[in-house]
Amino acid sequence: MSLTAAEIAPPRDGLRRRISDVLVARHGFYLFLLLLPPLLWLGVVYLGSLFALLAESFFSIDDFSGVVVRTPTLATYAQLFQPANFAVIVRTASVAAIVTLLSTIVAFPIAYYAARYARGRMKAAFYVAILMPLWSSYLVKVYAWKLLLAKEGVIGWTLEHIHATWILDGVLALPTVGGPSLSTSYIGMVVVFLYLWLPYMILPVQAALERVPASLIEASGDLGANPGHTFRSVILPLAAPGVVAGAIFVFSLTLGDYIVPQIVGPSSLILGQVVYIQQGTAGNIPLAAAFSVVPVIIMGVLLTIAKRTGAFDAL
Amino acid sequence: MVGAMSANTSAAVSFSGVARHYGPVKAVDGVDLQIAPGEFFAMLGPSGSGKTTCLRLMAGFEQPTGGSISIFGEAMEGVPAYRRPVNTVFQDYALFPHMNVLANVCYGLTIRGMARAEREELGREALALVKLAGMEDRRPAQLSGGQRQRVALARALVVRPKVLLLDEPLGALDLKLREEMQGELKGLHRTLGLTFVFVTHDQGEALSMADRVAVFNEGKIVQVGSPEDVYERPRTRFVADFVGSSNVIEPATTAAWIGTAKAASLRPEKIAIVNGAAPADAIVVEGTISEVLYHGAVKRIELDTTTGHLVAAVASASAGEAGPGSKVRLAFPRTALHLMDSA
Repeated sequence: MSLTAAEIAPPRDGLRRRISDVLVARHGFYLFLLLLPPLLWLGVVYLGSLFALLAESFFSIDDFSGVVVRTPTLATYAQLFQPANFAVIVRTASVAAIVTLLSTIVAFPIAYYAARYARGRMKAAFYVAILMPLWSSYLVKVYAWKLLLAKEGVIGWTLEHIHATWILDGVLALPTVGGPSLSTSYIGMVVVFLYLWLPYMILPVQAALERVPASLIEASGDLGANPGHTFRSVILPLAAPGVVAGAIFVFSLTLGDYIVPQIVGPSSLILGQVVYIQQGTAGNIPLAAAFSVVPVIIMGVLLTIAKRTGAFDAL
Repeated sequence: MVGAMSANTSAAVSFSGVARHYGPVKAVDGVDLQIAPGEFFAMLGPSGSGKTTCLRLMAGFEQPTGGSISIFGEAMEGVPAYRRPVNTVFQDYALFPHMNVLANVCYGLTIRGMARAEREELGREALALVKLAGMEDRRPAQLSGGQRQRVALARALVVRPKVLLLDEPLGALDLKLREEMQGELKGLHRTLGLTFVFVTHDQGEALSMADRVAVFNEGKIVQVGSPEDVYERPRTRFVADFVGSSNVIEPATTAAWIGTAKAASLRPEKIAIVNGAAPADAIVVEGTISEVLYHGAVKRIELDTTTGHLVAAVASASAGEAGPGSKVRLAFPRTALHLMDSA
């Protein structure tokens, strides 16, 4: 057989090829089929429950009977501004902001190294190191940290043996963030959050940095910019969408968490705990719903600000 | 026309014994090079021949593992890219996507701390120079490939480099645009009087634009000279083959033809098809046409002869209608055979 002589038969016609013919010809139908399952999930189950929650927040609760009054009112939202409730919001937002800021500072150099320098095995090791903590149970990690941070824990024990307990005492003596021990202070809570959410900051920042072509960095240097200047005017602006994406993850995960503050940190409540208590033991679903809307609003405001400052310009 | 340099101090760029090894890979291996001020210098070679690495060594993106580089008499050892008096036009243009065209062009001036009004005036001037006036507010993503190329050029020129390095700047453009830009680059070189160092794998581009061409192969310079030198008098088989297509005649054949047993290059356009009597001192070969490729003005005729495969480029008008399979007689003057070093 030779190429010049043989006639090659076209592929056999079967049911799958016929179906393909229909889908190729009717592009709209194809897209409809493709999007149907996710739209059912996202549109009905996901957004539906979110709107149900939103609707719930406009109801109120009868203080005497504890029954939900299904007439639209802003009274529940007004409750958010009562000093005790508002303090929860401010406290939670502050913790989340600090965790976000610290995770950016810690994550950036790691992400930068992984994106620009790590190759081959180092890169594989990087991914394993970043992702491995996500494979183990969240509760195990939090309790492990509680043991590390406790008064008789590993950190305290080590410092005692190197005669550096005074450092820990000095840190714990700080107003507001300090406390009787690391595991009952805001410092401990922030450290645990920082540990838990770090991968969510590293990965998007690394992805953004990886998309910055090496030639742009060279071009900046070529035009006379020293590495610091190149970092500020080329690398950072181009990595900004990744930083913002990471910040959204870290900030919103911290805003919504209710388990870590129960295990590590002072007794003052965090937003997630309040939602948990209100919808559970207190049975005040409207107030719980109103509290859960707060992170949505905060994130919306932050994203608008980020967009205004041009953080997404490089997208 | 600029001649070869005698002293290092008068050279715009000088390489002496420069090497760049990556482990066992010798990307650049013992390159000596003198580029004169104001020269349009082309570095020509196939991919992986070390030409781009040489350009990157000049720019300071790479450090040599051996030898030394100086630019206008100043040793470049340990001098980072941002302190060198050279600027680069990158192959992928490397425009900053988050800045508009004017900000891109003014980037180097901003770094030098120039006041806004002053730098924007210079930036506009540079954009006008590359015929992009009015595009100041566009983003790089909104420009065509040719326009991006011009922005990259303006951005490098606006900071008045002593040497402009161009890394295959026309590679990504289509043929028409490439020819247009070749003319414009040549014009810019003439008006600005800067030293241009141009990397390309396109021999036509190198021959048509450069004052001098360095042909690279396997990390070394094989030949440096004027385009005519390199084309008409290739030193090695590689140069003959890479710079324009050439027939390389084996020593055994040249011995039979002219009595010297040395490999020779024979340019296709020196070969004519003869129907009647050949000129007195011409060498005549008989052959069978195996393929005819029509190139507009010329036809490339591939032939099988008793001494091997030959390619002739014949003016289409005089090529006749002979097709594959026809037997023809070829003739070329003895002087068309250029003897080469054995390599």
